[in-house]
Amino acid sequence: MFRLEKRPTPSRFWTGATPVVAVILTMLAGGLMFGVLGKNPFEVIRTIFWDPLFGEFAWYLRGQLLVKAGPLILIAVGLSLGFRAGIWNIGAEGQYIMGAIFGASVGLAVFPTENRLIYPVMIAAGAFGGWVWAMIPAILKTRFNTNEILVSLMLVYVAQSILAMAALGFLRNPEGAGFPGSRNFNSYPAASNPELIAGTGMHWGVVAAFITVIAAYVLLQKHLLGFQIKLSGQAPRAARFHGVNPTALVVLCMGISGALAGLAGLFEVTGPAGQISIDFNTGYGFTAIIVAFLGRLNPLGILLAGLLMALTYIGGEMASTNLGLPSAAIQAFQGMLLFFLLAVDVLSNYRVRMSMKGTA
Amino acid sequence: MFGAINPAVLIASLMVASVPIMLAALGELVVEKSGVLNLGVEGMMIIGAICGFITAVTTGSPLLGFAGGAAGGAALALIFAVLTQSLLANQVATGLALTLFGLGLSSLMGQGYNGIKPPLTAAVPFGPLRDIPGLGRILFSHDWVVYFSILIIAATWYVLKYTRTGLIIRAVGENHDAAHALGYKVNRIRLACILFGGAMAGMGGAYISLIRVPQWTDGITAGAGWIALAIVVFASWKPWRVLIGAYLFGGITVLQLNLQAAGSSIPVEYLSMSPYLITILVLVIMSSGKGRTLNAPAALGQNFHATR
Repeated sequence: MFRLEKRPTPSRFWTGATPVVAVILTMLAGGLMFGVLGKNPFEVIRTIFWDPLFGEFAWYLRGQLLVKAGPLILIAVGLSLGFRAGIWNIGAEGQYIMGAIFGASVGLAVFPTENRLIYPVMIAAGAFGGWVWAMIPAILKTRFNTNEILVSLMLVYVAQSILAMAALGFLRNPEGAGFPGSRNFNSYPAASNPELIAGTGMHWGVVAAFITVIAAYVLLQKHLLGFQIKLSGQAPRAARFHGVNPTALVVLCMGISGALAGLAGLFEVTGPAGQISIDFNTGYGFTAIIVAFLGRLNPLGILLAGLLMALTYIGGEMASTNLGLPSAAIQAFQGMLLFFLLAVDVLSNYRVRMSMKGTA
Repeated sequence: MFGAINPAVLIASLMVASVPIMLAALGELVVEKSGVLNLGVEGMMIIGAICGFITAVTTGSPLLGFAGGAAGGAALALIFAVLTQSLLANQVATGLALTLFGLGLSSLMGQGYNGIKPPLTAAVPFGPLRDIPGLGRILFSHDWVVYFSILIIAATWYVLKYTRTGLIIRAVGENHDAAHALGYKVNRIRLACILFGGAMAGMGGAYISLIRVPQWTDGITAGAGWIALAIVVFASWKPWRVLIGAYLFGGITVLQLNLQAAGSSIPVEYLSMSPYLITILVLVIMSSGKGRTLNAPAALGQNFHATR
């Protein structure tokens, strides 16, 4: 029989190695799933992981990598701060939608201005929108001790209803012949988020994501607040003796993650998505949860995890157009990745021993 | 504005609307009583919805459909159980993974099942009782699952409160170290509870795709699993209050759908967000207030690892 023995401290080797092991196991299990679906597993895996980087259309697809990874990294870094402190904001999808609506509203209110200064104002409004939406669960948590997981999730559905209202009502393009959806930001240069260097996919949201990764790294490594976040997650009692104010920590962590999700929404709606429409949001807020865990809740890890997850998005789209793989398969594939990660995580906290006697 | 709505029909339809969340919430209640927090209810429900739908369409039997839904939900719950009980993974993260995976897998399994009508489940034949004005429509016009869901609430209440099994489940959920010291297999008992929770959530999901809607579309559960989790908190972990909670939320859902259909002056979006807003409101009321204990199991969400 196998027996698990708790390590005094998590193994450094396995903390770094588990994501790699998880990715390999997911490829194996995913290959099996694709096999069951009647596809050649090797071809599918190659299409997802190899072709976007080195295949025929790599010159275009490599750029898409940053487009998809930007919002994922931006949201996941914010979430990871809360997750580290034991604060579970899982409504990033709602904060992302609200950020987009707030920011787009500001831009559309002054249409058709040519003053580029409107864009920074929109960015601030986007961050504010996400922040406000995250403050609802944060304040209910601190004031009434309401479960933040359930409240933040319920607010995703509320945000989706508001998005429908915006796309069909108050933000609808008045010159759009009655079709749902707002004006397109790509034909509104002052308020748009263009590709900064042609062919790279680099836009302001990606720049923001890189800055956030660095800022979060410094915060966690060098700043007292970062220490307090880590302490609260690992030893809540010790954190109280250390003088950490739990209320302030909840408000702060929820606020940061909400504002970053809002930013991601704003950059997405003014750039790659182009307009507020009923379904401009593509579930980045939920996938970012996987990215945060895959990156070991570490900013640099999240950067890599975001790029990997972006690769599965792009590869998944390729596989669905070229090989006829259902697009839902890639969603299941991403979920599987999280399972394997959580499963092999046992190796970083426990030693596996063969037990001699049957006493365990 | 309420003029066009017949109260007897409204009550009858809220009983139908509340079955999925009632079953799922009851299952989750047992899971949480044993000290495990499974946030994957939404994922287990939607897997139950598609498994039940596929089974019913292929076999032509709605009864087998419900069995298939329960099996599907339990199979997904088994993954959760292995990860949290054997590999000691974080319960919150694993529950979220279950939901994300379930949503993807269900949509994958549902390819080619869009737009098909499942076999119908007939109402239980109560004969002349059904023709009693008002009361007959409310009490005697439903399919068997409606009655089953109430029976299983009664059974769960009885088992948890009056039997040895119930006592063991509660002991494991309140203090797993003490239960372990008494010789109970904490992780095995929790495994059984998790599987029960999965089967109930799966049946709830199957009810949505087989009777409530009845057809298959992606994301058909639309947050019902999360509402079920909220109902457990609302119910203060007491089975009969799950019934009240589920009827309350079923009532809100039906009322807003009826208002939409009756062409009320309130915009559709406000109506469709109302169940979620009211859930939040109820959660706030239940969890606020000084001196009111929430009655949550003491070991809720903590993994157990036997060192000796």
